[in-house]
Amino acid sequence: MTSATLTSGATLGSQRVSEDVRYNEDAIRLFVIAATFWGVVGFLAGTFIALQLAFPALNLGFEWTSFGRLRPVHTSAVIFAFGGNVLFATSLYSVQRTSRQFLFGGEGLAKFIFWNYNVFIVLAALSYVLGYTQGKEYAEPEWILDLYLTVIWVLYAVQFVGTVMTRRESHIYVANWFFLAFILTVAVLHIGNNVNVPVSITGMKSYPFVSGVQSAMVQWWYGHNAVGFFLTAGFLGIMYYFVPKRAERPVYSYRLSIVHFWTLIFLYIWAGPHHLHYTSLPDWAQTLGMTFSVMLWMPSWGGMINGIMTLSGAWDKLRTDPVLRFLVTSVAFYGMSTFEGPLMSVKPVNALSHYTDWTIGHVHSGALGWVAFISFGAIYFLVPVLWKRSQLYSLRLVSYHFWTATIGIVLYITAMWVSGIMQGLMWRAYDGLGFLQYSFVETVAAMHPFYVIRAMGGVLFLAGSLIMVYNLWRTAKGDVRIEKPYASTPHKAAVGAA
Amino acid sequence: MDLDSITVMLRSFWTVWLMVLLTGILVYAMWPGNRRTFDDASRIPLKDDGQEF
Repeated sequence: MTSATLTSGATLGSQRVSEDVRYNEDAIRLFVIAATFWGVVGFLAGTFIALQLAFPALNLGFEWTSFGRLRPVHTSAVIFAFGGNVLFATSLYSVQRTSRQFLFGGEGLAKFIFWNYNVFIVLAALSYVLGYTQGKEYAEPEWILDLYLTVIWVLYAVQFVGTVMTRRESHIYVANWFFLAFILTVAVLHIGNNVNVPVSITGMKSYPFVSGVQSAMVQWWYGHNAVGFFLTAGFLGIMYYFVPKRAERPVYSYRLSIVHFWTLIFLYIWAGPHHLHYTSLPDWAQTLGMTFSVMLWMPSWGGMINGIMTLSGAWDKLRTDPVLRFLVTSVAFYGMSTFEGPLMSVKPVNALSHYTDWTIGHVHSGALGWVAFISFGAIYFLVPVLWKRSQLYSLRLVSYHFWTATIGIVLYITAMWVSGIMQGLMWRAYDGLGFLQYSFVETVAAMHPFYVIRAMGGVLFLAGSLIMVYNLWRTAKGDVRIEKPYASTPHKAAVGAA
Repeated sequence: MDLDSITVMLRSFWTVWLMVLLTGILVYAMWPGNRRTFDDASRIPLKDDGQEF
């Protein structure tokens, strides 16, 4: 199927004529394949560096395989490679359907974005392993790669905004508002945080234009809003399209979704300073960041309620549809991690939690529970549709994936809570004479068992993703597994039949 | 009073302007007359995909 063919055959519906649009799906299939591939790569990298922390011999003695260089490979692979390809796939899929219009710029532009974005990912990963980094979290690629990404991102914005502007639907659906905010803000953040001065035009090394505490503040304005607009607004776009679609019910309250959108946009951009509590950042800025973080609790929970209550009156679907279970559990994790986040931004709590593993646990309850789970749900929804199959190869395998991954997350976040709080308490413990009670290495030794538990959680999460790959592969081939179907009949009827 | 000092004066009330904007959005979202539009909008994803396999 080639791109951009609008079939003129109008079909007569009840009292209205709807035009048949042939949507662009070739590039979206590529994005789904890439998302699945990078997901496994990212989870594998994460599991490996978790094992490195538990067993340092796994650093292997080379600089290319050291934790310091592999850690950005893991974060970029899961956030930008896996999450990015998921966002391209879902946004370009749903914008066509909610606008009743094929892609602006057509299949060609979408494929151009696909190949260049994924080449960027590979180049970025290679540059980290070889030791090139700006040393800014989630903004590691050096200046030349930043410029490359800017061009790709502008083209993506043109394609998405162009599709919205040429829509045949009078209203812009709320999912598209979230995607628009995500695209625009990520562009502003990426450019703002990468105003760098290259040392030479032929070299990779560059230095930030601003320095000192201003540089730190710009970095965490970027860093926190990468979480807020890349990992939250973008994936909320997925929630507002795919949860109603899979549940076959409209969103619980469209009014709440409007309030959710604008309050989230208003508040998120100010929360960055909570990453710099008790630093040389002025105290008023720290308090501002804390206050806005606490206020963020309200829109976050409004959005969570909106997502979960979409199932109101159809709760039984959670029992019979593991794909929907992925989607709804992800929204529950969204609620949980957006409750924990404001809590950790309160300065006295932050005094205990900052620089400890508690932060790592918090990030992963959001990243694994919210971002990855909603991505899995969307991918399981998309693959049968995009490959023109009537159903998934196996819903039972989706359920196995769900439980394997959920147990993995629980192991991960509980281990990091205990380890983080213990670490924070050990750092601040004094003896009777006012000396620090523990040396740093004693805290590291105490964390070892929790590092092993965390790595086991990672292994389970990785194993779950491999179940998904097998399931999707067989689905694309058109196979259907012979298995006990999920009963869609009420419980009483099932008992009566048996 | 030149334009610059008016801008500075107005900027100092930025929390007020933000509250006014937010209130406007809340009123727009809750306005009874908009109910039908929003109910229709919420059904956009559930309409037929318009594509035959």
